Amino acid sequence: MNKSIVFYIIGWILNIEAALMVPSAVCSAVYGEKSGFAFLIAMALCLLFGIPLSLRKPKNKVFFAKEGFVTVALTWIVASIMGALPFYLSGQIPSYVDALFEIVSGFTTTGSSILTDIESLDKGMLFWRSFSHWIGGMGILVFMLAIIPMAGGESIHIMRAESPGPSVEKMVPRMKSTAMTLYKIYLEMTLVQIVLLLIGRTPLYDALTLTFGTAGTGGFSVKNDSLASYTYYQQTVITIFMFLFGVNFNVYFLMTMKKFKDALKCEELKWYAIIVVTAIILISLNTGGVTGFFGAVHDSAFQVSSIITTTGYSTLDFNNWPTFSKSILVILMFIGACAGSTGGGIKVSRIVILFKSICNEISYQMHKRSVKVLKFEGKKIANEILRSIHVYFAVYMFIFAFSLLIISLDNFDFTTSFTSVVTTLNNIGPGLEKVGPMGNFSEFSPLSKFVLIFDMLTGRLEIFPMLMLFKIGKDNIMSHKLKLIR
Amino acid sequence: MKIIIVGCGKVGSALAEQLDKEGHDIVLVDKKREPLNSVTDTIDVMGIEGSGTSYRTLLDAGIETADLLIAVTGSDELNLLCCLIARKASNCRTIARVRNPQYNEEIEFIKKELGLCMTINPELEAAMEMERLIKIPSAVKIETFARGKAELLKFHVPEHSVLDGMKIADLSNTLHCKILICVVERGEQLYIPSGSFMLHSNDTISFIASPQNAIDFFGKAGIYAHDIKNFMIVGGSTITEYLAQRLVKSDINIKIIEQNRERCEELSELLPNALIINANATDRNILLEEGIEEADAFASLTNFDEENIILSLYAKKHSGAKIFTKITRLTYDDITAEMPLGIIVNPKLITADSILQYARAMQNSMGSNLETLYRIVEDKVEALEFLANDNAKLLGVPLEALSLRPNILVSCINRNGEIIIPTGKDYIQAGDTVVVVTTNKGLKDLNDILL
Repeated sequence: MNKSIVFYIIGWILNIEAALMVPSAVCSAVYGEKSGFAFLIAMALCLLFGIPLSLRKPKNKVFFAKEGFVTVALTWIVASIMGALPFYLSGQIPSYVDALFEIVSGFTTTGSSILTDIESLDKGMLFWRSFSHWIGGMGILVFMLAIIPMAGGESIHIMRAESPGPSVEKMVPRMKSTAMTLYKIYLEMTLVQIVLLLIGRTPLYDALTLTFGTAGTGGFSVKNDSLASYTYYQQTVITIFMFLFGVNFNVYFLMTMKKFKDALKCEELKWYAIIVVTAIILISLNTGGVTGFFGAVHDSAFQVSSIITTTGYSTLDFNNWPTFSKSILVILMFIGACAGSTGGGIKVSRIVILFKSICNEISYQMHKRSVKVLKFEGKKIANEILRSIHVYFAVYMFIFAFSLLIISLDNFDFTTSFTSVVTTLNNIGPGLEKVGPMGNFSEFSPLSKFVLIFDMLTGRLEIFPMLMLFKIGKDNIMSHKLKLIR
Repeated sequence: MKIIIVGCGKVGSALAEQLDKEGHDIVLVDKKREPLNSVTDTIDVMGIEGSGTSYRTLLDAGIETADLLIAVTGSDELNLLCCLIARKASNCRTIARVRNPQYNEEIEFIKKELGLCMTINPELEAAMEMERLIKIPSAVKIETFARGKAELLKFHVPEHSVLDGMKIADLSNTLHCKILICVVERGEQLYIPSGSFMLHSNDTISFIASPQNAIDFFGKAGIYAHDIKNFMIVGGSTITEYLAQRLVKSDINIKIIEQNRERCEELSELLPNALIINANATDRNILLEEGIEEADAFASLTNFDEENIILSLYAKKHSGAKIFTKITRLTYDDITAEMPLGIIVNPKLITADSILQYARAMQNSMGSNLETLYRIVEDKVEALEFLANDNAKLLGVPLEALSLRPNILVSCINRNGEIIIPTGKDYIQAGDTVVVVTTNKGLKDLNDILL
């Protein structure tokens, strides 16, 4: 494997991360918080490692899928390790494992927190926590691709490994312009939401942090009660934008190209909308008795958008909802947002394709000689993609089962253990019971926290990059052992 | 520029790679997924799966905003139809690969009626290049400039040559030749030589001259140059056909060895003056029997690279002929480069080169006085053809009085069709086209050559 290029890219990521800490440091300075110095130290550390690595331009240009996966996995780990430093160095989160959990939850746009009292943290720290959602939403490497000139085809491997969805394609011929287009759409939508929130008399600080959480489909709030204390207008704006950020960005790209017909033809979008509307109706009917019908629609719309896009904001404690509604939410957690959006989960497109392949299989079992091509978005699904989706689903279930097993050691009730894995593996945020919208993850043991950190990273990077790391690590150890034997 | 390439074969992918390096936005279109993937995985281009003759696919590829469409699929008809649809869909320029000899005769008509900017016939291009090299046997590579009026010729300086140890400044005094040495390759090193530069044997020299002066120079410099009389070709491919047709007019004895009886008859009909032999050339006695030892030139042009390599090596051993070897797959070019295979003929690469020249010229014609751009000597040196307009700051100044940037050589001036190989006394007038040879990349304007 070409290690020099991997280190080179990681070096650049560290430099970029240092730059991305600047807004948070400024925020600390504005509020006159001493904890802001932690950002300066963390930035210095990032640059200390980043600059020497990024200056060594690799001569060996070999870069294939393997390098892409490893780069992405290592980048996210390194970025998280450095990103946790401000929390830890400022003493605002005294345990490093907790700080790491918090920042991984931020970068992976999960939104699960170990904080028991969020409001006791300094504003600068909470800003960094929310801003990490915004960075992680579209991906830090895609950001790098947009600004750092990379020669040749390595960029497509990085993009494939970092961007969610069964098959990642470029929108325009150049990777750099593709990445820039994505970030442009992302930035514009973010700005529109900020403006809309400001119009609703939201304080600037809240508008920014809420928008970061929505855009990245993260879910960190700066208040203990998540979004319960915000106005009807603010909640509605966020409901709409959560839904919008869960849509495949290809749709927006087609719209900017003025191809509205093509954009609305998107099959995934259609299914996404159907699922959301059905879930809202069912939950409204199920919970309607308590707050009246319109209140129920408002609440369920908010919660459904929040959960299916894997944001994880909440306006109420849905832990108190009837079991039927809670079950719908848990199912939505698995489905997740559209491929090519900032959301997590299994992705609507995978679910639809899996469903179609089940139908195909049933008809095949009945008519052994039948030939049926599986189509999605009007195109034939290649066998490799179909296979990778099946494998993805299988691996996903295995990881889920193993994680659940280890979490169970903490001996919480089953719902807590189960939903804590669901919510981290799908990058949502809140689960049910102890980890419900009003609860948090502070009571878990360090071992469980590490498992959940792994789940969050695995979920965000869609499993394979992280597994690839294990495989390569194992191969290295094996070859090392062989050398020792000789 | 935004360029769509239809057909992701050898030519298509070679073009994509080079054009991508030169900063164009490339969209590749092919019916099959696998070849596309193998290209998009290594270079930064977009692949679209679909038929190039489908309007829908071309729209997906962004034909509306494209500047150029290049159709290089395996089928002529597909290429032509694709270009036609592209022309109707937008006002982009189109290039088609058309290789069928039958179309070739009517190519001007097709070009005009279908609105094509350029058609390219790989086999014909290869045959033309070989023809030039046969006519000037001392050269190993010839490129044409100034619309064919000047040529850039490359040759190796043999041992014990008059040129060994000669300074470039003394060339014109001792040999009285109007040539200009542009590039000297010595081992891995490249030089844009000045007058005091000393030549050595085993150097590879590229110089500019008119075709007549070049022959004159080779004669005077005593570089082996006896004319080619006997030319033996193995393999009766399309290149053979084109080449023989072009050479038949000159008094060269052409002998073609082809295995297939029917093809032999076809060739014999087309080429009454050539000697067609129906035999398997890999049988070693055949080549000896047919007089390989007397051949002045030998070309192995069968459809099998391996066979061509072996035949050329055999010919090298048994004769002093100038050797041409057709190699289509360039995967192992680092190995074949070390073999004494003479001149490597690769129709696909020639095709890609011609299209690249067109694309570069098109790119440069956008708001620049650069007319054409050639990459020579393995892309390390650029030869640029500029139009000297009234804005040029060096008009009327003798070249020796100009302070040029290092590694730049004004190597040829085309004044109303007359080729001037400049000395220090010559100067540039408005309206001239000037060929500048340089190792510096990125010259955009004639004024850029000044310090």
